[in-house]
Amino acid sequence: MSALLDSFASAFDALPGRDAAGLGASRRDALAAALRDGMPGTRSERWKYTPLRAFERRTFAAADAQPAIFDGALLAGIPTPRLVFVNGRYDPAHSDAAGLPPGVALQPLSQLLAQGGEREVNFLARRFERPDEVFARLNAALADEGVVLRAEAGVRSALPIHLVFVGTAAGRDLASHSRHLFELRRDAELTLIEHHLAGAANTHLANSIAHVHLAAGARLTHLRVQDEAPGASLISRTDAVLARDAIYRRLDLELGGALARHEFNASLQGEGAQVISNGVLLADGKRHLDTRLGIDHVARDTRCDLLWRGLGSGRSKAAFHGGITIREGADGSVAALSNKNLLLSAGAEIDTQPVLEIHADEVQAAHGAAVGQLDATSMFYLRSRGIPEPQARALLTAAFCRETLNVIEDAPLRESLAAKLDAALARLGPVQSEPAQSEPA
Amino acid sequence: MLKIENLHVRVAGKEILKGLSLEVQPGQVHAIMGPNGAGKSTLGNVIAGREGYEVVAGSVTFEGRDLLALEPEERAASGVFLAFQYPVEIPGVNNTYFLRTAVNAQRKARGESELDSMQFLKKVREKLAVLHLKDDLLQRAVNEGFSGGEKKRNEIFQLALLEPKLAILDETDSGLDIDALKNVAEGVNALRSPDRAFLVVTHYQRLLDYITPDVVHVLADGRIVESGGPELALQLEAHGYAWVKDRVAPGHASSGAAA
Repeated sequence: MSALLDSFASAFDALPGRDAAGLGASRRDALAAALRDGMPGTRSERWKYTPLRAFERRTFAAADAQPAIFDGALLAGIPTPRLVFVNGRYDPAHSDAAGLPPGVALQPLSQLLAQGGEREVNFLARRFERPDEVFARLNAALADEGVVLRAEAGVRSALPIHLVFVGTAAGRDLASHSRHLFELRRDAELTLIEHHLAGAANTHLANSIAHVHLAAGARLTHLRVQDEAPGASLISRTDAVLARDAIYRRLDLELGGALARHEFNASLQGEGAQVISNGVLLADGKRHLDTRLGIDHVARDTRCDLLWRGLGSGRSKAAFHGGITIREGADGSVAALSNKNLLLSAGAEIDTQPVLEIHADEVQAAHGAAVGQLDATSMFYLRSRGIPEPQARALLTAAFCRETLNVIEDAPLRESLAAKLDAALARLGPVQSEPAQSEPA
Repeated sequence: MLKIENLHVRVAGKEILKGLSLEVQPGQVHAIMGPNGAGKSTLGNVIAGREGYEVVAGSVTFEGRDLLALEPEERAASGVFLAFQYPVEIPGVNNTYFLRTAVNAQRKARGESELDSMQFLKKVREKLAVLHLKDDLLQRAVNEGFSGGEKKRNEIFQLALLEPKLAILDETDSGLDIDALKNVAEGVNALRSPDRAFLVVTHYQRLLDYITPDVVHVLADGRIVESGGPELALQLEAHGYAWVKDRVAPGHASSGAAA
């Protein structure tokens, strides 16, 4: 067995509440399955671009029960209502759920587990059947924290709810397993903003799964800014289910971390359901980013709009997989995927893979994926107006990424996300102009 | 102000300009006319410093400086402006932000103080008034989704804001209907001044009905084959470019001269 799995098996033995809320058996099953099937190798299609050979030699411990101390200044500019987690542990001192509209319940998972109500946490008992779902299985075995957000039917709130995940220094490498449920009942409407921030340099692992349930007519705007420490690892998965006419708007800015993998599955089960998923993979230094979209058009007249941008500089790697399935009977569905990438240095690698599977008639599907460099004509246009080359490059690079922010309808919110994106782009420093080679996917 | 001597330029290995010479004085408007493929756009691009144009012989000096030794942005800061035949759409870059960045980059390069947003907006309003433009183009991304006429108006607006000493208009009339053409010409006329020169590159004479040039040059096969006053443009209009071929290669000309 790998050192990594060994360390998780030990963590399970030490998990205090493993039998809470009647979850003992399903946790044991999940762990046993993970240990039995081991880590996925490079032959696993889903892990092809993210080899785990080096990673599986690492070991992680569970964090202490009490949240670690971090500099609260990090939270400046993140208003309430907000829940804060440090190295995966709920931090009540920095959290404040006041201001939530009536009909919205926001609670850390640990509280629900402690209360022992089985029904409230039954989403934790979900089984993961595929052998390559090792991190999901480990999450099912070990998750003891997370966010449970429920909005009653018809509740509409323009006030964003902030979820803050801070990674901070510890004497050893820590693993946290978080499990979230974001459930909007009929016609509810909410905005949720996830911040993944570095309180200090760290090399922890955050393994998280979010379940998103949108009932008929529900609308969720979900913005996630991942700006963790350059040494941190994040394995994230989002499973969304949309009923009739539900709309899920989502933005993922992958700006930090050493290894950040996100698998986003959305099942459009009701007629007229719609997912808009935009994102930026900002790969620099030695960062490894891997985003896999799996959009499943089950019902007719469903729609997805996917706009993703990637930047590769330094010796980074970015992999993007845009999977869209339109099932038999999902007639009238519309699917659009655009993934454009800029390769900014010869040492970087970008792999992009749009995969469209259509089993229905009368659908509209368009996809485009490209890896290239900044447009020479645009560069000349800017320079001919007096803008120096490095500034022109920075301007075009920022514009290239900023296109994804269109998913945010609220202008001030869009500007605040643009500022975060710009700050991350500024870290790239002067963008190199050396010729780069693209890697075919 | 601008002095071009015996300029030979290759594009993708093919010689396009074959010994072009031209001198422009401050305040003058020179029109460069010529058939397709004569090298008209090459001339504008090579003066502005576009990549891919290989100067194999000759010189271009601007106010006594060797223009060819400068980067495009340095040429711009020294007072050269090229209005593009096909202005580039740049999604994600706000037009106002772009213009302010350009104005301030040029000011900085010249050692002048940069304009703050209030000062810049004041300048924008002045120029809009001079050109009788509305501010509807300012809030959009650079040229994105602009009509052909809007793109050309935006070029002229940039010209007004950047206040170059030499403005090159590369087929600014192409693709414009007569109203848009008049509009653009009025803008150019409003910007004529004793210390600003224009090089108006065009295929058709009609733009010159509205912008009266001081000198008209006929460019054919990479050289200026004829120069004269505004009446030369009318002659071209009457006789067509076939008439020019006599001057390019006398003796090989067809009966076009008689047309």
